Amino acid sequence: MDLQFTSEEEAFRLKVRGWFAENMPTSGLSADSEGRDDKTWLARAKVWQRRLYDAGYVALAWPKEYGGQALDPVRQSIVNDEMVRAKAPYLVGGLGLMMLGPTLISWGSEEQKQRYLPKILTAEEIWCQGYSEPGAGSDLASLKTRAEIVGDEFVVNGQKVWTSGAQYADMMFCLVRTDPEAPKHRGISYMLIDMHAPGITVRPLVQMTGDRGFNEVFFDNVHVPRKNLVAKLNEGWIVANATLFHERNMLGSASGSEQRFNRLLALAKSIKRGGRPLTEDPVFRQRLVELEIRVEAMRYHAIRQLTDQIRGKNPGVEAMINKLVGTELNHDLASAAMEAMGDYSMLSRDDEAVLDHGYWPYEWMFSLGLVIGGGTSHIQKNIIAERGLKMPKSR
Amino acid sequence: MDFGLSEEQQQLKESARAFLSGECPTTFVRKIMATDDGYPRELYAQIAKLGWSGLVVPEKFGGAGLGMLDMAMILEEGGYAAMPGPFLFSSVLAASVLKLGGSEQLNSKWLTALAEGKAIGTVAVVERAGSIDPVDIAAVATKDGAGWRLNGTKMFVPYANVADFIVVAAKSDAGEIFLFVVDAKAPGVTIRLLKNLDLTRRVSSVELKGAPAERLGGGTDLFAKLIDVAAVAVAADSLGGTERALEMAVEYSKVREQFGKPIGSFQALKHAAAEIVADLEPARAMLWYAAYAQDTGAADASRTAAMAKARLCDIYSRGTDRAVLMHGGIGFTWEHDMHLWFKRARFNESCFGSPAYHRERVAILGAY
Repeated sequence: MDLQFTSEEEAFRLKVRGWFAENMPTSGLSADSEGRDDKTWLARAKVWQRRLYDAGYVALAWPKEYGGQALDPVRQSIVNDEMVRAKAPYLVGGLGLMMLGPTLISWGSEEQKQRYLPKILTAEEIWCQGYSEPGAGSDLASLKTRAEIVGDEFVVNGQKVWTSGAQYADMMFCLVRTDPEAPKHRGISYMLIDMHAPGITVRPLVQMTGDRGFNEVFFDNVHVPRKNLVAKLNEGWIVANATLFHERNMLGSASGSEQRFNRLLALAKSIKRGGRPLTEDPVFRQRLVELEIRVEAMRYHAIRQLTDQIRGKNPGVEAMINKLVGTELNHDLASAAMEAMGDYSMLSRDDEAVLDHGYWPYEWMFSLGLVIGGGTSHIQKNIIAERGLKMPKSR
Repeated sequence: MDFGLSEEQQQLKESARAFLSGECPTTFVRKIMATDDGYPRELYAQIAKLGWSGLVVPEKFGGAGLGMLDMAMILEEGGYAAMPGPFLFSSVLAASVLKLGGSEQLNSKWLTALAEGKAIGTVAVVERAGSIDPVDIAAVATKDGAGWRLNGTKMFVPYANVADFIVVAAKSDAGEIFLFVVDAKAPGVTIRLLKNLDLTRRVSSVELKGAPAERLGGGTDLFAKLIDVAAVAVAADSLGGTERALEMAVEYSKVREQFGKPIGSFQALKHAAAEIVADLEPARAMLWYAAYAQDTGAADASRTAAMAKARLCDIYSRGTDRAVLMHGGIGFTWEHDMHLWFKRARFNESCFGSPAYHRERVAILGAY
């Protein structure tokens, strides 16, 4: 065991830190999703990702032939850490970078990799994910959006829901039913759909935060070229699971929790109740430490998995818990902050008296959304039990 | 950057699992539970031959000179097997403080014997208050012409009933806490076995009336170090115990049928099992770091030891509660083995500081 970074890695970290110190956008972008339905926001967010890419700090581990640098995962994790540390804005191309990209690298055709991967990196094409439907949430494989083969095209009809970023995405990676007769997992295909194609309607849904973050997407005779099929016809479920694995790791990422905990601790120190800082209240103090310990454990858990990745070990049950634990931890951190604020937690982030720049009321709601998205905690527990512990399937 | 077990550590862990599953199955554990002293001498003779007794003892005293992360492999497997006897207290705690604070002469005597499996040591910290807080230590050490003498009553001393020497925490005139080595057979030492709930363990009261003692070096830092090492060691035992409880509950859920199906197909049980995994895996990584930090003397070694102790003991208690429940009525019987780990979890939780006590340490060390 050796937790030291090499001197090259330390030098790299300092270089990255310096770059963020000089290049952070000063306005109009934030680390959360605020303002995502605004056109100016989109333009700025694309410029930001492009700048990050030009500096060499996007998808460092991707193969060189598709615009990556083929660097080891340690470099990528250093960049991730520094991005969080700098409170760098959310990457608008995040779904492409963290979900579709790695999936295409494993499952895409050479033509698809050449065509799509470079533009994911530069934010020239923004992706959204077409998985959930009104009747297919936790039971994703019961999805009904139909794709029929007509000549060398698919014709797609149906509806997706909770589609984050569909209001500005250029492309969607989408699950469709291509064989309605087959058992439900075996009649699904994975395809790439142009969001600007005729027949697509995007209708925004307002989230409990008040933001328009996700959407309904309707398909009415949408034509999709056959070459946009990823992997074989009717074998989309396997590919979908690869993407879901990447999504869960993205959602459960440990790096943000540490920042949130530090923010919570600073908040608790600043709040006086009964004449003393909240950190000196014995009950709240214990609760804070419990949270800190969970944050710290997830940090080591992430480093352990990074090491496994470098050693070429296949992920086991330990990787299945990332989403469950990471998202619940973030929501617990936000809930503790809301409790810490006392009556100030009644205020929306728009009130001028709100504490801590209004960070927590939004975070408290948004973090619960992430406990649901990508498979609820209940579904995650089923996965851990069935795939990790080999407990018998109930279905 | 390489945060994982070495090949040697993995081998050590695997060989410990294989050895203990052969030599220390629950039928054997139960046999030892039924004995008066709770000390499996034959098993410990084999353990000494394997080199476990002296694993962290320096080579010049006949040990292997390895570290806490290596030792954590064996402790985890000891917890998994609910291995009875004084191993953790003798070969980890007594060995570690002697290594750090013992004189050459003292170590030639006790550390060498300990490594060879010819002596058992233990540590006595807690008193009637039932706490490791230095404020709650009242035993007094006084020095006269002949050397140090100890007076006071130590409680819940693990395996004092079979120990050859006892490392005792006592206060000097100036109120500082030092560690002293007392011969268990010395005049002025009275040991009374207490009736333990967890029968894989034994604890005693130790009355000291002018007992002759030798002071270990290192001053009050050594006491703090003892608490850190104990925290990591008990956490490692708890990690292994939780794994075992989980494994038993999951296996049972695959074979026990109700409503015409294995009960493991019901989400209530799946979720209970998954929650144990979700607690356990990040805590495993934290334990590795805590042990590694002891070996490297990292600046956050105390803080992370306290974190690992608090977290893993909570997980062990909560995990064994769930595992018993997953078994239903059979899990509540004496005949079923589940209660071995259920009770050991409680023993570990209180042993060397409650989770709440260690969380308070984290708060202090983190300048809350």
